[in-house]
Amino acid sequence: MDAVTIMPFERFYETHRSDVLRLLRRRLGTERAEDAFQETFLRALQAYPRLEHGEHLRAWVLTIARNVAVDALRRSRPTAELAEAGTEDRRAPHDELAHLTDGLPPKERAAVVLRYGYDLSYDQIAAALGSSEDAARQAASTGVRRVRRRIST
Amino acid sequence: MTVSPDLDRRFREAAGALGVLDVGFDVVPSPVGELLVAASDQGLASIWFDPDPERDLDRLARIAGPRVLRSPQSVDAARRELDEYFAGRRQSFDLRLDLRALPPFTVAVLRELARVPYGETTTYGALAERVGRPRAARAVGTVMNRNRIPIVLPCHRVVGATGNLVGYAGGLDRKVTLLELEGALL
Repeated sequence: MDAVTIMPFERFYETHRSDVLRLLRRRLGTERAEDAFQETFLRALQAYPRLEHGEHLRAWVLTIARNVAVDALRRSRPTAELAEAGTEDRRAPHDELAHLTDGLPPKERAAVVLRYGYDLSYDQIAAALGSSEDAARQAASTGVRRVRRRIST
Repeated sequence: MTVSPDLDRRFREAAGALGVLDVGFDVVPSPVGELLVAASDQGLASIWFDPDPERDLDRLARIAGPRVLRSPQSVDAARRELDEYFAGRRQSFDLRLDLRALPPFTVAVLRELARVPYGETTTYGALAERVGRPRAARAVGTVMNRNRIPIVLPCHRVVGATGNLVGYAGGLDRKVTLLELEGALL
């Protein structure tokens, strides 16, 4: 029994699909949100077996969605300003870290919040960011260093 | 924000086509009621009577892994063969079966069961004999009762030594319907 600590994907998908679509529509508009919706849940599917626990799945999938939206915007507008990333769907850990992480580049910010706000492992963060585990570790540590530097000056 | 049926369908299709599911399932209508049919990349994993998503999702996750998704094309092959079977146009199934995680005795019994021909019946005792455990008729009965791929693995063709139907996990009515369809009960 204890092998199944993460809910079956069907239930996860049904629980979060509306929130994901809402976020993507706000970022990308109705039409482009549809492709991004598929991309988000396909990324989530790929990473799903590597999840170590079933907590914070909403934050996790919304992070994937934000990154899919960032990628989509980057593809369509090479120099798109991405600073708006992460202005919605704040939950407690987001809020607590917001004053420290707000100015960070989106990937570093996401890595720091997921690592230190939600206590996710690096491979979970990698899945959310669509990057390697090393890159996730790197993003978190660069982000933290940047925050420290800012605090100390 | 409601996800439109079309968007939902496209995602499920893509997930099934890309092979990123541990197991895909769909609900398939049949003359013995709705069936929840599930398939993994290893083959047909289950056919359950009286679908109950809440219970069945967890059962599927335990069999195959957490990436369980309703995805109609994952079970296209099974659906087609089942339709042909119920239409009387198919007597044996060509589907690969996912029997992972089952004990060796269970697998041996199910493999013998698969060889019981269409329209014929055998007994629990005869099946026990064929797997080399002549005194294990009761254990064979338990394997039949827990058979997760009924119809395709034809436990409905197994009856008591005196010819009485004995039992069926899906209910005796269904056993009778299946045997009648095959012309085994006249």
